[in-house]
Amino acid sequence: MSVDSTIEQSYWKKNKLKIAPWLFLAPGLLMFLLYVIAPIFQSIWVSFYEWDGLSPKKFIGLANYQELIDDRDFYRSLKNNVIWLVLYMLAVPIGLFIALFLNQNVWGIRIYKSLFFFPFVISQVVVGLVFAWFYDPSNGILALIFSIWGGRPPAILADEDYVTYGIIAAGLWPQIAYCMILFLTGLNNVSPDQVEAGRLDGAKGWRMLWHVILPQLRPATFIAVVVTIIGALRSFDLVSIMTQGGPYGSSRVLAYYMYETALSEYGYRMGYGAAIAVVLFLIMMVYISFFLWRMYRQEKSGG
Amino acid sequence: MFPRPIEKSSAGAQRSYKIALPIALLIWLLPLIAVLLTSIRSAGDINSGNFWGMPTSFNMIENYTAVFTNTEIGKYIWNSFRVTIPTVFLTLFLSCLSGYALAIYRFKASMWLFFLFVAGNFVPFQILMVPVRDFSVQTGLYDTVTGLVLFHAAFQAGFCTLFMRNFIKALPHELIESARVEGVGEFKIFWYIVMPLMRPAIAALAVLIFTFIWNDYFWATVLVQGDHALPITAGLKTLNGQWISQWHLVSAGAIMAALPPVLMFFAMQKHFIAGLTLGATKG
Repeated sequence: MSVDSTIEQSYWKKNKLKIAPWLFLAPGLLMFLLYVIAPIFQSIWVSFYEWDGLSPKKFIGLANYQELIDDRDFYRSLKNNVIWLVLYMLAVPIGLFIALFLNQNVWGIRIYKSLFFFPFVISQVVVGLVFAWFYDPSNGILALIFSIWGGRPPAILADEDYVTYGIIAAGLWPQIAYCMILFLTGLNNVSPDQVEAGRLDGAKGWRMLWHVILPQLRPATFIAVVVTIIGALRSFDLVSIMTQGGPYGSSRVLAYYMYETALSEYGYRMGYGAAIAVVLFLIMMVYISFFLWRMYRQEKSGG
Repeated sequence: MFPRPIEKSSAGAQRSYKIALPIALLIWLLPLIAVLLTSIRSAGDINSGNFWGMPTSFNMIENYTAVFTNTEIGKYIWNSFRVTIPTVFLTLFLSCLSGYALAIYRFKASMWLFFLFVAGNFVPFQILMVPVRDFSVQTGLYDTVTGLVLFHAAFQAGFCTLFMRNFIKALPHELIESARVEGVGEFKIFWYIVMPLMRPAIAALAVLIFTFIWNDYFWATVLVQGDHALPITAGLKTLNGQWISQWHLVSAGAIMAALPPVLMFFAMQKHFIAGLTLGATKG
């Protein structure tokens, strides 16, 4: 008995630096594998089946993907995602612009900075409700502005041509705030010496921004671009709150289309939904790989 | 300092900057101000289309009482707390441990596991939706607060492990080495030496997770159905369907939903921004 326990002890002593990390990792890693990593593979697997969530799954090979190729609603959602990606990027320069505007040391500026950041703290559900009401053709502020000039307001959220742009505008509001705070933090760390040196060389305004400031803001810019791309591809809340994908599915994005296919009154097509999710995942994977590759280089260089 | 400090400009420029600031803020927050004003208007104002003029009467108490007595909003808010607070604790527990493991120990899989956490943190929710929902249904966790908490904690563990690992890596490693030489056990090192130094990271993550989880809408919709467990975000969506054009009630409800994270943000602003801007200065 006592021999046993000393053997055990010495085993632990000899190997504790090998075993300890796995003990520390176990709870987090198990949860993460169970709820995040395994489901990715399960989704890929389900995408080869026809399944309503209850009755037995039926293997149909690539049929879901073949259906996707001819699905006009899928292309429409994909196209909307591209519009989201492109227009959402506006958050980065606008965020930078507001950050530059607020980067002063006047009385009360800290309160101003926090209040400008406000929209990011609020739930997208609230943002969606507020903007839906803004666009309301009978009572919204947009209608009010149009009526000043005697015009008739467009019903933005009921118009197939405008609806996606209307939702993106709502999404930009918190996203700009997010980018702004990233740039404000970045600006705090801009080296004053280099700015002074630039001034001595006669750089100012745009030239100073481009040649001296922006290179130093690269980490902030990188993070701002990454979170904006992810935000654009994840867009779901606003579409669900403001239009539920309508009118006639014209404001759907992939995330919403997937949800609608798999889990709504239109039918529980889990397999087809999973196939849409896989496509969205592959698009996201491009960015994730790029991000990881950059991180890998940094880790290697001992960052 | 860029742009050039305004104090060095002419008095006129300084004055116009100080005038421009509040105007810009007013325009920027116009949507919120409008909601705030609408939430205290009377039904009469709403019906007569008086949205943007002065309220004819001050109905704050009536509207907010109406929201709480006629709807389940009180329950939804309570559910949000029941989901959010345990998630914050569970996530911090998981990520302190895993972040510590990945930061302190050198082992082969370390970097790959780290990348696994980071990559998982970026995946679109939809790729997880069908299996996670199915798993919850199978285990009886569907439509329960516990089910939502477990998923949120597991998913947030990705970002939080990244955060904790980088934070611990920046701590002086000699501290741990010398404790080991002294013969202090591995767990004791974690608990008595590293944990006290992690307070700022824990505070930053706590506010961030609180806000993320409070504002979550997607998983609240996917994993919960009934009023008994529905958080405020999904609840507000349901109420919005019932309150057609009763914008004074919608606004009051929206304000209630927004309030807790806003208060949290103002109370712990420094930590919140430190957490959010991690990586914006170096790397």
